[in-house]
Amino acid sequence: MSALGARRRERRGSRPLPSPSLTVAAVLVAAAVSLPLVYLVVRAASGGEAAWSVLLRPQTAEVLGRTIGLVAVVTVAATAIGGSLAWLMERSDLPLRRFWAVAAALPLAVPSYVAALALLATAGPGGALSEALPGEGRLLDITGFPGAALALTLSTYPYVYLLGAAALRRADPALEEAARGLGRSPFAVLREVTLPLVRPALGAGALLAALYALSDFGVVSLMRLDVLTRVIFQQYRTLFDRTPAAVLGLLLVVLTVVVLILEARARGRAAPRAAPTAARPVPPVALGRWRAAAVAFCALVVGLALVLPVGVLTYWIARGGSAGAGLGAGILAPALGSLGVSTVAGVAAVLAALPVALLVVRTPRPWTRALERLSYGANALPGVVVALALVFFAARYLGALYQTLALLMFAYVVRFLPQALAGARTALAGVNPRLEEAARALGRGPRSAFAAVTVPLAAPGLLAGATIVFLSTMKELPVTLLLRPIGFETLATEVWSATSVSAYSRAAPAALLLVAVAAPIVLRLVVRRDGARAEAEALGAG
Amino acid sequence: MSGSAPAIPPDMAVETRGLVKAFGALPAVCEVDLAVARGELLTVLGPSGCGKTTLLRLIAGFERPGHGEVRLGDRIVAGDGVWVAPEQRRIGMVFQDYALFPHLSVERNVAFGLPRRERGRGGRGAARARTALELVGLQHKAERLPHELSGGERQRAALARALAPGPELVLLDEPFSSLDASLRADLRREVELILRDAEATAILVTHDQEEALSLGDRVAVMREGRIVQLGPPEEVYARPADRWIAGFLGEVNLLSGMCRRGGAVETWLGVFDSPGTGTGRVQLAVRPEQLDLRTDRAVNAEVVEREFRGHDVLYRLRHEVGGSLLVQLPSLELHKVGARVHVRPAAAAVASVVD
Repeated sequence: MSALGARRRERRGSRPLPSPSLTVAAVLVAAAVSLPLVYLVVRAASGGEAAWSVLLRPQTAEVLGRTIGLVAVVTVAATAIGGSLAWLMERSDLPLRRFWAVAAALPLAVPSYVAALALLATAGPGGALSEALPGEGRLLDITGFPGAALALTLSTYPYVYLLGAAALRRADPALEEAARGLGRSPFAVLREVTLPLVRPALGAGALLAALYALSDFGVVSLMRLDVLTRVIFQQYRTLFDRTPAAVLGLLLVVLTVVVLILEARARGRAAPRAAPTAARPVPPVALGRWRAAAVAFCALVVGLALVLPVGVLTYWIARGGSAGAGLGAGILAPALGSLGVSTVAGVAAVLAALPVALLVVRTPRPWTRALERLSYGANALPGVVVALALVFFAARYLGALYQTLALLMFAYVVRFLPQALAGARTALAGVNPRLEEAARALGRGPRSAFAAVTVPLAAPGLLAGATIVFLSTMKELPVTLLLRPIGFETLATEVWSATSVSAYSRAAPAALLLVAVAAPIVLRLVVRRDGARAEAEALGAG
Repeated sequence: MSGSAPAIPPDMAVETRGLVKAFGALPAVCEVDLAVARGELLTVLGPSGCGKTTLLRLIAGFERPGHGEVRLGDRIVAGDGVWVAPEQRRIGMVFQDYALFPHLSVERNVAFGLPRRERGRGGRGAARARTALELVGLQHKAERLPHELSGGERQRAALARALAPGPELVLLDEPFSSLDASLRADLRREVELILRDAEATAILVTHDQEEALSLGDRVAVMREGRIVQLGPPEEVYARPADRWIAGFLGEVNLLSGMCRRGGAVETWLGVFDSPGTGTGRVQLAVRPEQLDLRTDRAVNAEVVEREFRGHDVLYRLRHEVGGSLLVQLPSLELHKVGARVHVRPAAAAVASVVD
């Protein structure tokens, strides 16, 4: 007993003390990441009665109700679609399963506001259908709640699908076979055995969908749906007193926390996750007469989420081209802007994540874990809130930095640090600390040992983290809109501003370019199946 | 080993004095004094959690001592306000899991510790790495990556890497524990030969009694952070300082007896030689091979269990007076379970007082 205790101590103690410079760097990073929330609270608290009265307005209750309704509809729809697709791909004899499996995940490459643009360019005011059907077409308008819910569902079901499919692959098929052996029908097995096994994964996917819907700004603003994010943005843009926006921002944060708590409680009651077993092919369930319906379902989802955006955008590009609008020149500046800020943000986020990841991996203590959790905390903050808080902070204390690229980069790093941190932590944890000690014993100093051993071994993970941040920055909208220097355009802002005025042929090239950049990255993540869970979670913060 | 000698003999490769290391409130290493002569192979033997790995890490510089000092040759490397980083200690270390760099070939692993200017292609370092690889018989695997080697080859690659820079001292942390039992004995001999060939001073840490006794010029037995006995293997085995060491190093019979004048102890089983003992009632540790069975004398015990081990046999006897006894004999002549025999001290049995 005491020997065992001593041994455990010995192991824990054999880790080096946290290095002071690393600690300082990690504390600075964690402080920077927590800055938006802290300052938002400070700002709202100093607002006085007038600012807080915004909560009592009847319009606010309406907005709150609309927000909750949207989140609920999107979460339920995304979970139903994603869960069904996961089961079809992993457990049924659906024809062309391998094709559908990739096609169903690929919409991850379509930013949600591009999905909204595609719906509007098809069935919105001035869209393709209203032009094709001059009479009834005018009545056809997807703007508002239906359009927003549809666009967000199409953008979020892949998270549920990927997590659900990964859980199904992990679930021990012997359990389902045992249930069949005990006389259950395939449907009863699904309901009584399979579903409970993958419930935690579906719950995690549903959480990502809910958080996405809650924090989304692009879709609701293009669909002109007054939910919290859009109202906050408008309050900030149009009113002289900006403090009510901060109060509403806090309300959004509270809503986010409520969602997180609900998910944690649901998970607390769920069965523990089945232990991973050796992969064994499961005999697929025969769909029988449902085959055609299943294929039609897959085709409908993939058609709306992937084929429609690409098709409609191509149509508008062709139209714009025939109308003689200058295409190539208009898109070059935003494309370069996107590429530049995304690359720098990816590298900067990984560099910022390194001290925190190193500290928690090398010296796991309660306080280093707390620093790490603090750094992850920003993940739950909606982009509009991050942007708003930084605008307030910069306008008051960093006047010189306001509307500079430096502040924009800082905001990206704050927003996407968790994604880089997840990659850096996994990569560094995979490097045996004995290797660096071996290098020290062979005469290398601490820095040289780190550079010669740890960096090359962790490089793939760090690069993956940088890639995900790159992708997220590329798609980012609210922070870019509020913090960019005047005249600075990215592909995202280009899509947003052109779509806002129904200039679809101007929005289409930028939107299609965004999809084209993201598609190969998403494809690689999806094809590398075992990593699907981590990647989907990392991507989920978009 | 007169630890109280004030002057350090000049040929000591490493010495620790009053070394103390605690993790939180839990002491891992307590007041350890140890001196290893140049060219000596010292084994440190102890159960898991006894602090032996911490002792190695203190010497290597991966842990800072709470008190005490570590000297390498005539240089203080830790203690007394002095701290020399591990990379400046010129110590080769072989880790329990080998810690070979997975992204580097065997040759580049071995060349890793050589000075930068020698490491380039075709430089002097390449020749030195080759020499080290030849020393361990791995020259034909130089281009392989660590994961392409067998367990035994990894072990030898780790040893070559530790030896290549010509360290003043080599530390081996349980180097055989992750190998198959069948490989272990062969490699043990091989590693010993390599170390002797390289004329290296080495400290090897293990929890395996056989390993410690067969490899070490001297064996330090460690328990709960302290070195409880230090000496040549035959001495530690034959004359354990206390009951715990006696039991830890192998099977033992504990007999109580009375001291008599002239270095002998009288027990219920007979008289044992036991030089330099105390007075009064004592406990004697008697190894199973220090007892003998006869069938041509008056019966005083019965065989109740027999464990045939090939080259020898271990019997458990019930003695008519004293209870249970273990006896080990060569397997030339076998006694059946149930046989009635006479048990007595073997001719040259020198037992040691442990309490």
